[in-house]
Amino acid sequence: MRQLADWKSEVEEVVFPGKICVPYSWTVGSTLSRWYVQLRDDGEIWANRCPSCGTVYVPPKIKCIKCYKDMNDWVKLPGTGTIETFTVVNKERPGLDPKKPPFVYAVIKMDGADTGMVHLIGGVEPEKVKVGMRVAPVLEKERDGHITDIKHFKPIA
Amino acid sequence: MGQTKYETDKRETFHELVWEVANKALNDAGITVREIDNVVTISSDFWDGRTISTMAVSDTSGGYDKDITTVEGDGTFGVLYGMMRILSGSFGTTMVVAHHKGSESSMAGITNTSFDPLVERKLGLDAITSSALQARRYMTVSGGTEEQFALVSVKNHGNAMRNPFAQLPMDITVEDVMASEMLASPLKKLDCSPVSDGAAAVVLAAERSAKKMTTNKKRVWLNGVGHCTDAYRLGDRDLADTRALKKAAKKAYDMAGVTLDDIDVAEVYDAFSYMEPLWLEGLGFCEDGQGPEQIERGNFTLDSELPVNPSGGRLSANPVQVAGLAGVIECVLQCRGEAGRRQVRGAEVALAHGINGMCGQSHCVWILGK
Amino acid sequence: MGKRVGIVGVGQTHHASHRLDASGVEVIAEAVTRCLDDAQTTLDAVDAIIIGNMDHFENINYVDMWAVDGLGGCMKPVFKVTTGGTTGTTVGAAAYYSAASGMFDTVMAVGWEKNSESDTQAAIATCANPVLERDPFAGAIGPLATEYSMYMKAYGATEEDAAIVAARDRNNALNNPYAHNRMHVTVEDVMNSPMLSYPVKFLDMCPRSDGACAVIFAVEEKAKKMCDRPAWIHASVVRHDYTHFGDLEWQWMPTLERATLQAYKYAGITNPVKEFDVAELYQPCSTTGVKWLDSMWFCERGQGPKLIRSGATHMDGIIPINPSGGVVATNPIGATALIRVAEAAWQIMGRAGDRQIPNVKKALATGFGGCSWSDVFVLGADLP
Repeated sequence: MRQLADWKSEVEEVVFPGKICVPYSWTVGSTLSRWYVQLRDDGEIWANRCPSCGTVYVPPKIKCIKCYKDMNDWVKLPGTGTIETFTVVNKERPGLDPKKPPFVYAVIKMDGADTGMVHLIGGVEPEKVKVGMRVAPVLEKERDGHITDIKHFKPIA
Repeated sequence: MGQTKYETDKRETFHELVWEVANKALNDAGITVREIDNVVTISSDFWDGRTISTMAVSDTSGGYDKDITTVEGDGTFGVLYGMMRILSGSFGTTMVVAHHKGSESSMAGITNTSFDPLVERKLGLDAITSSALQARRYMTVSGGTEEQFALVSVKNHGNAMRNPFAQLPMDITVEDVMASEMLASPLKKLDCSPVSDGAAAVVLAAERSAKKMTTNKKRVWLNGVGHCTDAYRLGDRDLADTRALKKAAKKAYDMAGVTLDDIDVAEVYDAFSYMEPLWLEGLGFCEDGQGPEQIERGNFTLDSELPVNPSGGRLSANPVQVAGLAGVIECVLQCRGEAGRRQVRGAEVALAHGINGMCGQSHCVWILGK
Repeated sequence: MGKRVGIVGVGQTHHASHRLDASGVEVIAEAVTRCLDDAQTTLDAVDAIIIGNMDHFENINYVDMWAVDGLGGCMKPVFKVTTGGTTGTTVGAAAYYSAASGMFDTVMAVGWEKNSESDTQAAIATCANPVLERDPFAGAIGPLATEYSMYMKAYGATEEDAAIVAARDRNNALNNPYAHNRMHVTVEDVMNSPMLSYPVKFLDMCPRSDGACAVIFAVEEKAKKMCDRPAWIHASVVRHDYTHFGDLEWQWMPTLERATLQAYKYAGITNPVKEFDVAELYQPCSTTGVKWLDSMWFCERGQGPKLIRSGATHMDGIIPINPSGGVVATNPIGATALIRVAEAAWQIMGRAGDRQIPNVKKALATGFGGCSWSDVFVLGADLP
């Protein structure tokens, strides 16, 4: 059995997984697996639609959050969207920052869907980012089936 | 009721904090632990760094060999469950006690774990960055400015100077807030609540049990409550839409039989400066989009018609899970006339509000009074 | 004061060691969907939802917020309770009190766990006081093994007595399509299985599972309309103690005794073995299935082995225990205790399929956790 670290440092378990010695592996499940496989293999962002109320969700839902119906209709999205809100992260957060600050998080209202997606904005200086900006995804060349297969969203004309 | 002074880096362990407030609450109620029929602790396995967080405090909360349970969420939800247990007829009194030691953990790391490990968590979102997204959305929708939000911080830190329990009493200006370190735009350090340690407890009693207690402290009644939860992913809802809060508030007002005009004082969960006007819209005190302007007009200061956050609010002390309970306690103090230099004159009906989850996904609203 | 409450619907997933086909939220949705079907109702009729699990198993903070999609909880009142192993009964109790308070007519309790997502023993280890106890005494097996050793010494119970319980429960699980471990097992198989921590062997011990359970509680007026035979709640009692492991009474289970006696008092039970038609007991290890019987006054102190060997607790006995297979067959920790209540409820409702005991009028369900925490539910076919 592995030694447990000094107790004061163990409360940082969620930032440094080694400290409390509980490794995690999360099951992605049927719905998100399908979404990630499309993203990884075909570089496409899909959504699913409620057969009852027609709401289109991205990331996809297992059940419609309004009707609780099974979500089996899948829709391919163009991938573009509009920035609904954003923030420029200025202060470093060790272990959490996906890149060195300053960088930008945004909620992007996706074309063809009724929801927004949270992701990074890149390919533009943070101070130039505006609400209402039109953006498109930039995909990583090597993808392994996670949200980071999308490198960021960049502004388009 | 009882609360600790809120501060950071307390040297006591959280069991000791719970012991302190449980005793304070028992003394305040004029009873001993024998008269407590059951205990609801409010604790989090994450912030405590221990699974089964109740175990750590089951004795100091007065729960030894008693019926004890744990709500994991804001204190306001714990009070709700504590009350329902009494109303079920099974218990006459409930001890509700919350604790938190933010200084023993990483706020960013722990709030990051509330994001879906399958999607958003890897991006590194946490409480401050996600709230920043909400703040800017609110600015877009309402036209609110960073300066208007800064006024909330000035007001609440100023109020805290009259509250001996508050962590951050400060006499600051809008310029001070605007000049403070930018963390994630538009949120600057002074727009954000601090990392806090603390505990708080209340003793709830059914009407028939309360009448038997010999304390000469004025009883404050829980007259109305409502809670409601919105969608999970940040993109699933309009972050400036307070529909879940509106639903919770309506339930509380209907149950208590009050209108907005009846409310004399309110403790609203201002984890960030922009949240105060946003939640005031959800509670109905401002029209949608009008929150920032009303703040600027000074409509919620200590000497206004409806003082909001006379305690200094969460901006002045934010021991997570405890904070909503601290708001309930402030309402109790106000209704009893024991709020010292921050007393709202003639306060008879008070509102306490708590949130759970990121960006106020879930809300609980209380109406307390005579 | 307070309303009478009955269970009108139950849903469970097919519990398994690794549900790789379903994420945590999907597992929850599975149980909720089945529960709504069983209750023949929709989410519109559900006024409030309460959820529980043990955080450190999946490392998700604010599970009540995260689970909204699976629960159908968007724009509904939702909160979370968690108390370790007793979480399932804690969630059940929370739903019961919510309805009994008169504030909500129909309340759904959901317990779930995806134990496959973490190292269970390591996660459980974090419950122990980090300064004093975590290093020497962590995990669940250690304390359980210790207490049975003491019982063996005090009363002459044997490893074989526990093996009979293990075989009984595991064979019962063959009748339960939802159970995780369904295997034909002899007493000899149990005795020959690898030793984990003396005297507890591999087949004595519960597994860790992925699964979820949802139960709908409704106030009297609603319950009567929703279900022709609700399982009425006659008593819900909890007793917890624990400061440090060394403080505990090891000869019997004091919290279980105090909780059951109080529950019997509320429910008017004077002779549990005669009056209960079935019991779904939270026994994390077959040894507890021998030792804890006297704490529930099923027998005199130390006479657990005699009761077991008489066959009284087998399916055709006078007090069948764990027709579902119990905890040794299925253990998604946040759900496990709720599954006891759910199975007991199904027995009363007549929906227990191949494991149905005939004519169940009164059922006992227990939860266990923390260390030496006990929760007790008494359910009945008639109104209390």
